[in-house]
Amino acid sequence: MSKQFIIKPEKCVSCRTCELMCSFEHTKKFIPSLSSVTVFDYEAAMTSAPIMCMQCEEACCLKVCPVEAISRDGQGAVVINKDKCIVCKMCVSACPLGNISFSPATKKVFKCDLCGGSPKCAEFCPSGAIQFVDPTESPDRKKAVAEHFKDVFGQEELS
Amino acid sequence: MNAWVGTILRVDLAAKTVVKEPLNIKDAHDYVGARGLGTKYFCDEVDPKVEPLSAGNKLIYMTGPLTGTAATSGGRFEVVAKSPLTGTIGAANSGGYFGPELKYAGYDGIIFENASESPVYLYIKDDVVELRDASALWGKSVFETTDLLKEECGSSFKISCIGVPAENGCLFSGVLNDKHRAAGRGGLGAVMGSKKLKAVAVRGTGAVTVARPEKFLDALTNARKTLKAHPVGGSGLAALGTQVLVNIINESGALPTRNWRDGAYFPEANETGGESLAEKYLVKNKGCFACSIDCARVTRVPDGPFKSSGEGPEYEAGWAYGADCGVSDLAAICKANFLCNEHGIDPITMGATIACAMELYEMGAIPESDIGFPLRFGDPHAIVKLTEAVGRFEGFGKILALGSYRLAEKYGHPELSMSVKKQEMPAYDGRAIQGMALEYATSNRGACHVRGYLTSPEILGVPIKVDPFVTEGKAGLLKLFQDLTALIDSTGICLFTTFGLGLQEIAAQYREAVGTDETDDEILLKGERVWNLEKHFNIAAGVEKDTLPPRLLREKLPGGPAAGKVAELYVMLDEYYKVRGWDSDGVPTPEKNVELGIDA
Repeated sequence: MSKQFIIKPEKCVSCRTCELMCSFEHTKKFIPSLSSVTVFDYEAAMTSAPIMCMQCEEACCLKVCPVEAISRDGQGAVVINKDKCIVCKMCVSACPLGNISFSPATKKVFKCDLCGGSPKCAEFCPSGAIQFVDPTESPDRKKAVAEHFKDVFGQEELS
Repeated sequence: MNAWVGTILRVDLAAKTVVKEPLNIKDAHDYVGARGLGTKYFCDEVDPKVEPLSAGNKLIYMTGPLTGTAATSGGRFEVVAKSPLTGTIGAANSGGYFGPELKYAGYDGIIFENASESPVYLYIKDDVVELRDASALWGKSVFETTDLLKEECGSSFKISCIGVPAENGCLFSGVLNDKHRAAGRGGLGAVMGSKKLKAVAVRGTGAVTVARPEKFLDALTNARKTLKAHPVGGSGLAALGTQVLVNIINESGALPTRNWRDGAYFPEANETGGESLAEKYLVKNKGCFACSIDCARVTRVPDGPFKSSGEGPEYEAGWAYGADCGVSDLAAICKANFLCNEHGIDPITMGATIACAMELYEMGAIPESDIGFPLRFGDPHAIVKLTEAVGRFEGFGKILALGSYRLAEKYGHPELSMSVKKQEMPAYDGRAIQGMALEYATSNRGACHVRGYLTSPEILGVPIKVDPFVTEGKAGLLKLFQDLTALIDSTGICLFTTFGLGLQEIAAQYREAVGTDETDDEILLKGERVWNLEKHFNIAAGVEKDTLPPRLLREKLPGGPAAGKVAELYVMLDEYYKVRGWDSDGVPTPEKNVELGIDA
């Protein structure tokens, strides 16, 4: 079973380590403008959120590509075949989440490819704001709600 | 050119010209970057006797080789100028996001020369660099300026700017970036203000490369894991911020109280500490660029007379407004600290200057008519009111804006300024932590806690525990801490990484980024070179000798674990000059200059 990203904005500390490690993994340089993950900071709301491709099951980019350069790999990642891609940028427009970008510097489109199954953004996130988890494991938010019910209604003897 | 982007911007504010020149790579090698390299450029180009607020002073922004990489907390840059507060070399370090953005735009640093006649700001978008009119921004706060420039240039721009006090020569005004991060100490904001330079707005889309990518990845991965595993750098600072120190330092009998007049124990300290902050006002914690320590506090006082929100306070700011002013109302402390960021002033000197004014008022040295109200220790409204007065540069605020030394001197009691070289000592009593006494006296930018933080070994036991009351051995330890700090500040990573990392992990990241095979000791020697260069500048500038306020040397602590102690400075100072390889007047010897390769 492929893993999936879980984003926890409440844990994000706006350090942008994800952007650094994403760009380094793919270019061997530190260049946030070529990162597939971007951190958005909302100062007045006192929160921030890292945003990246969630690898849609019904991927618009894959469907819209006129040359079949976009496909799903064995890790569940929707990936672009650079040799087939004609850089028409239809996928950039088609993605409803804005998670495919065009770089004027490289003249290529790029998106998250899950780093071949071990995403560096999640690996290096210092706060747990980006997690890459097995979806069949008990989701911890659901579990937290359950534990709240347990605390309120449970009969556990408190020591 | 690995880890560097290779270009320095030289901006003549009088001629309105911008020249792109190649980075001096030899100096970058010898002086590492940021604090060291900025100081090297400065010392080569500026007369040490220059009047700090004249056009002859220069203002330098400098990044380090690790700035903009994923090295541990690798997002720092340095602002360098001659300090108008102290007359020493002024070097102040800041985090946030501005430094990396400057490198992504393609510039390792900026040198501002001369002064503009009318307000300007520097606009940088990758290759496009131009001076633009800032008349509409003059008179605006740091927060207003940042918002207006983001509107004008684009939301992705990073902004470094000054507030109204800096425009008017406040001697402890800082250069702030990303609203809440400050090159805070020494009044470098006033230098920027004297040049009529309101802000720098930068957006960069380029890259920072390293010499040995695979080895650099190994080095940063190892360093990040080591740091994360440390109880202070890994989880302590994230949970409680630097304010966690309030109770620790107070229990050590080292929390200076009411302008250091009433010893170093504040009974209400707990109400002002990190635990109380977390319980009452903390919204979340935050990290600067590339940081895993995440010590920043995003805080909100939800209601009451001090309703406000922002970031902080840090421990030293919280102390200055808290114990030093005898104030136990954490909401007021938070609000006063937010105001410092909003207006671009150093909260340590601000709080300590108010504390000094409180003592002068209580002893009858300042008439109430000068202030406008009775100024007593413990008044939470006073710290907010007077910070606002400095922020707007009005009334008694104009006098406070010159710092505690000029204030105390004006009212006839310079000895009551708790400062060294006219910069206020922060939140650690040198009578209870002897190494800190030596640190304050010898710091190259006036009293300071981030110029060889011996509180770390003396109180926190990091990396080893030593007795805070003992003087023996402190000189050697301080030299090591000062040199290591100078190195770290020069690489572009955060000093707080030493709450988990040692020279080994830091040198490893530096080595693989720039592509050198120098040993740890050879790299540490560069820190010593930076320290000595700063000292040479101060000697040539005619800075006063290394000493402490008489209160620390003569008034015994009245109670607590350090009862009866004074700062035994001179015992340590002689030894310090010896271990530094300086003569008995504190001047580096010719042999030391040769060893370090400094032309003096």
